[in-house]
Formats: sequence, structure tokens, C-alpha cells
Amino acid sequence: MIPAAFEYVAPTTVADALAALAEGGDEAKVLAGGQSLLPILRMRLNAPETVVDLGRIEALRGIREDGDALVIGAMTTYADLLASDLVREHAALVHAAIAEVADPQIRHRGTIGGALVHADPAGDVGAPVLALDGELVITGADGERTVAAADFFEDLFTTAVGDGELLTAVRIPKHTGWGAAYEKFVRVAHQWSIVAVAATVRMDGDTIAEAKIGLTNMGSTPLRAKAVESALAGSAATATAVGAAAASAAEGTTPPSDLNGDADYRRHLATVLTRRAVLAAAGR
Amino acid sequence: MSVSPDALVEIAEDVVAAEPQDSGARPEIGNPRLRKEDRRLITGRTKWTDNIVLPGMLHLAMVRSPHAHAKIVSIDASAAKDAPNVVDVVTAADFPDGMGVCANAWPITPDQVTPDHLPMAVDRVACAGEIVAAVVARSAAEARDAAELVDVEYEELPAVFDAQEAMTDQILAHPDKGTNKCAFWKLDSAEAGTGGNVDEAIAKAREDGIVIEREYRQQRLVPAFMEPRSTVVDPTGEQITMWSATQIPHILRFLIAATTGIPESKVRVIAPDVGGGFGGKLQTTPEEFVTLAVARRLAKPVKYTETRSESLVSAHHGRDQYQKLTLAATKDGAVTGLKVELLANLGAYVAIVGGGVPVLGAWMFNAIYKFPAYQFNCQTVLTNTTWVDAYRGAGRPEATYGIERLMDELAAEVGVDPLVIREKNWITHEEFPFTSVAGMVYDSGNYEVATARAKELFDYDALRAEQKQRRESQDPVQLGIGVSTFTEMCGLAPSRVLGSLSYGAGGWESASIRMLPTGKVEVITGTSPHGQGHETAWSQIVADRLGVPFEDVEVLHGDTQVAYKGLDTYGSRSLVVGGEAIVRAADKVIEKAKGFAAHLLEANADDLEFASGRYTVKGTDQGVGITDVALATFASHNYPEGIEPGIDADATFDPDNFSFPHGTHLCAMEVDTETGETTMRKYVCVDDIGHIINPLIVEGQVHGGLVQGIAQALWEEAVFDDNGTLVTGSFVDYTLPTAADTISFVTENTTSPSTTNTLGTKGVGEAGTIASTPAVVNAIVDALRPLGIHDIRMPCTPERVWKAIQSAGAHDGAATAEVAPHFHDDAPTNADPGTTGEGSPQ
Repeated sequence: MIPAAFEYVAPTTVADALAALAEGGDEAKVLAGGQSLLPILRMRLNAPETVVDLGRIEALRGIREDGDALVIGAMTTYADLLASDLVREHAALVHAAIAEVADPQIRHRGTIGGALVHADPAGDVGAPVLALDGELVITGADGERTVAAADFFEDLFTTAVGDGELLTAVRIPKHTGWGAAYEKFVRVAHQWSIVAVAATVRMDGDTIAEAKIGLTNMGSTPLRAKAVESALAGSAATATAVGAAAASAAEGTTPPSDLNGDADYRRHLATVLTRRAVLAAAGR
Repeated sequence: MSVSPDALVEIAEDVVAAEPQDSGARPEIGNPRLRKEDRRLITGRTKWTDNIVLPGMLHLAMVRSPHAHAKIVSIDASAAKDAPNVVDVVTAADFPDGMGVCANAWPITPDQVTPDHLPMAVDRVACAGEIVAAVVARSAAEARDAAELVDVEYEELPAVFDAQEAMTDQILAHPDKGTNKCAFWKLDSAEAGTGGNVDEAIAKAREDGIVIEREYRQQRLVPAFMEPRSTVVDPTGEQITMWSATQIPHILRFLIAATTGIPESKVRVIAPDVGGGFGGKLQTTPEEFVTLAVARRLAKPVKYTETRSESLVSAHHGRDQYQKLTLAATKDGAVTGLKVELLANLGAYVAIVGGGVPVLGAWMFNAIYKFPAYQFNCQTVLTNTTWVDAYRGAGRPEATYGIERLMDELAAEVGVDPLVIREKNWITHEEFPFTSVAGMVYDSGNYEVATARAKELFDYDALRAEQKQRRESQDPVQLGIGVSTFTEMCGLAPSRVLGSLSYGAGGWESASIRMLPTGKVEVITGTSPHGQGHETAWSQIVADRLGVPFEDVEVLHGDTQVAYKGLDTYGSRSLVVGGEAIVRAADKVIEKAKGFAAHLLEANADDLEFASGRYTVKGTDQGVGITDVALATFASHNYPEGIEPGIDADATFDPDNFSFPHGTHLCAMEVDTETGETTMRKYVCVDDIGHIINPLIVEGQVHGGLVQGIAQALWEEAVFDDNGTLVTGSFVDYTLPTAADTISFVTENTTSPSTTNTLGTKGVGEAGTIASTPAVVNAIVDALRPLGIHDIRMPCTPERVWKAIQSAGAHDGAATAEVAPHFHDDAPTNADPGTTGEGSPQ
């Protein structure tokens, strides 16, 4: 498990990181926690000439309020997010999902930005960020641009982050007071999601006023279960009503088949997990 | 938040210090001591093979075949040879006299088809991962880099992977052999005179009884020891020294001598601390022979340490059987006969005991029961897959799974509780020693007591009531209760029995005790621990026997120059065979020292008695300690005529019989019928392993064993794709459980002392693994039986369980799915290399 040799650069500012990336060109890779990159390097599935480690850029860490949004630095670790009262209060869905990521060791190394740009559809942060209508702040030589989560995930392992650019921050609109639940289905605790459902709801008494639902590993990118969301708006938060709405959770999805389950099984799981996640988010 | 190694050592020391240690307590046997090995093993500050660094040492990287079956057309190593700090690149052609042979030590029949297994492929590879070349460089990283530059041209050949497919001989794993069929081995109780004719029993049951016919699959598993295999060879000096992460230093030394022509006296093998094996390091490996050959060729020390990816594909696998079972019984559930037809996939080569492992089932399928008629048939086959050999339990888990699943099926057919059907058929405690229908003499046991205690701890009746309630209310989460009443044969092995099975070695064990002049005691054992805690347990035995403090006993092992004689560690043999050798060596020391003591006390030896480390003259307070005698013999200024001036002693113990632990395991599983998810609710086991030396070590062995057995039921399977590539080639896809996936087990013991050794001990290393797999699957099937489900193929993944529920009635729970590893090299490319985040696989 020895990677091929590479140059290691550890800049302390975003500007220096962008410069290092520009210099490295096509042969540079970004290290943003390393929980996926390092296995890939060690198994020699990839051999970049330069690895640019963002771990020493303090400006990319931390969680702050910015009006009606939370701004999360791309290099904020899962563990930092889990410990954050701001996240728990205003983005409870992110908290719920991240609590289910792998194991404590990985949660102390892995970062939200690294996971989002790696864009593994079985990863646990894409669906909640998508469900919460997050926005991704991308920084390049020409400055910053902001991309909606819905436009960010392009394909398997492919995002809107372009050549020589970095994801620098994640903006999550505050969902204060929304209930949230992340139903993750795995065979062993440290596994990638076979399927997971991220659900957050705004209640009006016993009625679901609004629901947002993200699906993990039901296609080449995180997906929104829009049909379920529409059916739930104004619906009673009963098992029957939510179950009926959740039945369409797998509509339009293209889940993979692997050792953990084929596509049909995943479609079935999506409906069950959606029902459970919505009911849990509604406090039922 | 990083923790330094020093801090880790401090933490470990705190843990050790916090545990009360009653070092003055007697007796030591039965004292649940923390292991003296723990500090160095837990912190890793010890002599793992990979930690060994020698002056001028070179490093090896292997070039392995990506193909399951291929002709080697050419090997171009020129680019690799030119790479920085590369010293040499070798292929089989560089060793015209060969490099040794990975020998099969147990041909189960005289006509067994046994392909030569050379350490490096010559002109053809028969499985993926086979070594075709090796790169030697000044660092491990440079060797690994250069290995990528070796250009091997292959011509792919048709390959066969599945045992049933191999039986057709349409595609041959080894075309020159003309067949994939390796050997056929049979035991028939009518022919052996140990029972009746099984076909008659089955025919009769078809008329007026019950016949249960089932086919079970024992999936292939990876032993997955924690420390990867590693070998260092130092050829400088008069002797060649090999350090290796092996379970079998003595057998390895013998086979190196036997297959390379190097005189045995010129080879020293050392197994330093070894991080787990589970049978996976019971092997003489291609990697050991290649490292040895390269070191000799270059006359320099050489190290090879495998990567985890290499380990998963090239270290031997376990299990991989098809079982066809026919059980005949009367209408009220008294078994009248059992017929077993096994098909075992041995992989590409017959490993050291690979052909014999499935045959061990011959004496275990009849388990704890009194079957009047029995027949065991075992066909082994060769395929183009990783070789298969011993994995924790080795043949006994497979057999136990088969019979314990069948007994549950019989109970369901008769309509009684599965414990009732077992009690109806088991050997009662008054009947020991009991000669089984397979011809084994069970030494001791009490299935009634263990089962009664397990039921009580489990709260069996309450869980049955809850199960009934959930069934009636059609709860989406159903409850199942699984039973496994197992026995096993351990303590390998009586040498005469091994001889009758054409096994290539004996089963004795050796021990020496050296009484040092300063009062310390060195115990040299031929067993080779790799995590079991022999140093602690053996010290406890000797401390009691010789009456010396536990702390004064040092156990030496694993170095053929120190422990020059031994047969190593596997098959739950170390305590029952090796422990008894230690007892006998200690008794010899006591006897030898007696003459000295009598001389020192100016008394008649016949008037001395020995207790608590002292010889005393009967009826007086005159006495001398055994350690004082040791010092007196060191000086030897004054000793009687006709006595040699030394009290050290050696002993070799060859058991007359195996020992037969047993136990009752009860498992409750919740099955979510909506998703197929299974969740363990409760696990109770009451094991009878005879007398216990260290209860804490026993509990650890049982816990670890249970998890490995549960993992076969629920999580683990080695899967090859249609090209013979191991899809489960990393721990992302080979789903090993962690502590987070287990529950708190309830473990207890009953005690039926073994009669085959004076300590009355039985083996425990494999018990948990043997017993737990059927307990779990029985529980899952029990939960779903009202739906008409009578089997789920292992591992019982949620998908398989859910699909079984969906198609309840006619199914085997088998799921078909396209398979690809999570990290795979043809994953779609990130369109934007150099972007933030962690990049993509390409």
C-alpha cells in the first residue's frame, strides 16, 4: 500500500493553493481530508504528480452565520460540524446525516468540502446539502462564483468545480425549527450508504407544511425526491399519508447494482426509508 | 488532536495498572489474569517481522498476475531494472534449480491430483495474484514503483471458478492434469463397522418416516488476520535466518529443508510476535520461498511485506463448499441416518492441508447425536481461484452448520421445539466416553447441563412468548430464535490417527523447562502463539506446578534455535497438547531436583514431599526451595554420586485422543420484514471446555470466535467476477464487522474435564466460530418460517432476506447482482482533475 511518489504542497492561503493547482495543471490533486484520495493513491488507481493539501488553510475552516444562511468552510471536518450548535439549530439535517458518516476516526479527518467535490453518490453529505437548497462557493483565478447544489453535482465523481478552481465554502439557508432525520441503510457500521434518505420538514401543528427530501446512492448524483415533497405539502403526518407519499420516492432514479443489493432492492429501500425519515423528521 | 506513540503506551500502561493483579494468589490456574503480552501487542511496540531492519537489507515487491488463467508469453523487465535503486528483477527462469515448493502435506487419497505449486509461475498462471516476477530494490517504495514497470505479456486461457462448474471438466484449471477432480474420500458407517447402512435408513424413512434433503452453501471467506504477512531472510553467516509472520515456524523450517535442499541444520526460522492468523498463516507460502531464494541469490538480507490488497487475493481463503445433505428420521424425530455429500473448492492448488480440511467434517457432521447410520462423501476440485485452506474451525464449522441447520429443519417438520429434537437425539452424559458413528471416542461432556443453563440465561420461554405475540400481531419486525448445540474435535492430534489418514506429520508437542540459577524459570514451548496468550497461560501452569511466582516464569517460543522442536499452533491444540507437555516437563524437573534436595537436606529422597515450591522432609520443618536447588546445581560444588548436575527437563507429549469441547448457543435475531435487515437481539452461549487455565483469555477467545462465526452468517463473502477477479478485494467491499456491529454476548462455562490430558482441558480457540454461524442463520430462518421460508443463503444480506420474503414459497434467497468494487479503476473520470476535493479514481 505504497502510493507512487508525488510532490506534496501544503499552502496556507487560498491564493497559494490556487497557484499550486495552476502550476500542477492536470497532474495535480487536492487533498481535503484524504479519506477517499488516500485509498485511491495507495491502491495506485491514481498517481498524481502533485498533491495540494488544503489542511493548513485556516480560512477554509469554521462555521458562521451570514444573515439567513450558515456559511461552512470547505475544510470543516465532520467532527467540527457535529459539535456545532449552529448546525444543530439551523441545519439539523446536516447534523443528522453527518452523525452517520463512517466512524469517529474518519469523521475527524474527512471534510465537508472534500466529500462534496469527490461526489461519490454513496457519500452522506450530498443529499442533505441538496435537500436544504445549499449553495456552493467556488473560487478560481477570476474570483468567486456561487452554484446551487442542484447544479453542482453533474455526474458520478463530477461536479461544477472547474480546472484550477477550489470549492471554498458551503452556504446553507437556515432551516431553523425544521425537523430532520437521516435514514442510512448499511450492512456494517462503517460502510458507505447502500441507500440513505435525508428528510427535513416544517410542521404546522399536525400537518406537514413543507418537506425536503434528498436521496443518497439512488443515481449517479444525490437526488431530490420532488414528487414525494409535493405530495407531502399540506399532508397529515400519519404513517398512512406519509407512506402513500413515500411510495413514489424511487421515481426517476437510476440506482446502482452491487454486492449489497440490486437496483430493484434499492428502489424498494428508498420508499421505506423515505417514509421512516419523514415520520422521524416530523417527530412521529 | 493527535496522540503520540508514547502517550498510547502510557494509556495502555494505565489500563494495565488499573486492573487488580493478585500476583500472590494461589492457585494460578483459574486466575483471570490480564495477559503479559498485552502491553507490547496493543501498543505495537514489539518485534513484528516488518519492524525488523538489518544492515544492507533489500526490499522485494511482487509482480502478480491479474489474470485467473493465462500463459506467460514474455516478461520484459528492462525498464524496471533501469529504475532508481533497483538491484535485481527475477523470474522463475533465474532459478534453474527451483526455489522450493509449496507442498501439500496431507494428500487425502493416494490418487489425489496435486498440481505442482511452485513459488513463482514458470510459463502459466492458474489464479489471479500468482507471482510471475519479483523486483528487488533498496527501499520498499522503489521496489513497488519498479514492479509497475515490469511488462508481462499474457495469453489468456479459459478459466473455471465455481466448484460445480469445475465438476463438469469442460474447462480445466490445469489442462495438463486432464481433470479438475482432485480427490474423493468416503466414510461409511456400515463399511467401517460403526453403524448401519445409510441408504437403507433413508429408504425406510421415505416409507414411514421423515426425510429432510437440503443443499447448503458454505461461502468462501478471507481469514483477514490483522498483521499482513511479512518475511525477512538473512542469508549472511553460517546459518540462514528467516523471520516470518507465520503460525508454523517448525513446519516451515522442515519444508524449506525438504523442498529446497538446504540442510535443515542450516536454516533457522523465527516467528516473532505475529498479529493473528486464524489458520491463514498455517501455510508455507510462495512469498516465503521467493524471499529466501532472492536473499540467497544476492547474499543480502531481504524483506517482503505484503499489502492488504495482495493479502486478500493471495493469502489462502477458507470454506467454499457445497453441501448436499439427507437426513432420515422417524415420524417423532429420532434420527435414523445421515448422508453427507460435499463438494469442496480447493482453489488453484492443494494447499498444505487444504485437501484435508473438508475431510475433517467426516467426524463432525454426526455432532453430539447418536445416529444409527452415517455416510460422508467428499469430492475436492481444483479451480482458477485463490487456494483454499484452514480458516478458524477448518472443516468443523462447515459440518456443524450443516447438521445444526438440519436439526432445526427436522424440528420444524416434526413440529416440536428445536431443543426438544436435539435432546431426543443427543448423547446423554452417562454415556461418555462415547464411540460415535464416525468412529471417534468422545472423552466427556454434559449437553443437558449446558443446555439447561443456556436456556435460563437466555430467558428462552419469554422470548418464545414474544415471538408468538409478534407473529400473531403481524409485527413488521419478526423475532427468531436460533439454536446451535455443537461439539468439535480439537487438540490436533494423536500421531497414530494422523498416520492412518496419510497426514505428513505427527501431532505431538514438545516443552522444555530451564531452571535458571537466579530463581527464574524459562519455559520453552513448541507451540507458536500469534495472539492467543500462551506466555500468560503457560506461565500460570508452571507457576502452580513448580510453586514459583508467575512473574518469574518466562515463556520462549517461535524460534527454531530456542524451541528446537515443535509442531506449532492451529486446530485448538496448543493447551491440550502443548500444555500437557509442559506439565510433564515440570514433573520431570521436580523429580530430578528431588535427588539434589535430598542431598542438601541430608535426608532420604523417599522421605521428601514437594508442595508450593519446597521439598520438605516429612514430619519435620526442614526444607529447601526448588529455586535454591536450581542455584545449588548451578554451582554444583556438592552433589551426590550418580546424579547429573542439572535439573532442566524436556518432555514430548503425544495425545491418545482428541478432546471434544461442546456448548449450547442460543441467538435471538430481529428481522425487519420491510427491508430484510437483521439485528441481533441476544446471544447466549454456555461452552464446556473442561478445566480453564485463564478465564479472561477464554472469554476473549469465545467473543472473537463468535464474531467471526456471526460474520460468516451475516457479512462476509469473497466474491470473484466472471474474469476471476476478486471483487471483494479491499475492506470497502469485503465487509468485516467491527465492534460497532456486535452486541454484548452472555458467555458462561460448564465443566466436563477432558480425560485426554492431566489438566482436564479442552481447546477453545475455534469453538465460538464453529457454533455461532448456524445459531444466527437458524434464528433468521426461525423468524421467517411461518412465511414458508426454510433457508437463506449466507451471508444473509438484507437483500437476500428481503427477496426471500418477497418470493416466499419457492426460493433459496440467492440474489443476483452485477458486482463491482467500490473503488474500481474504471470508475468514471472526474471531468476536472486538479479541482478541489479528493479527486476521482482516475
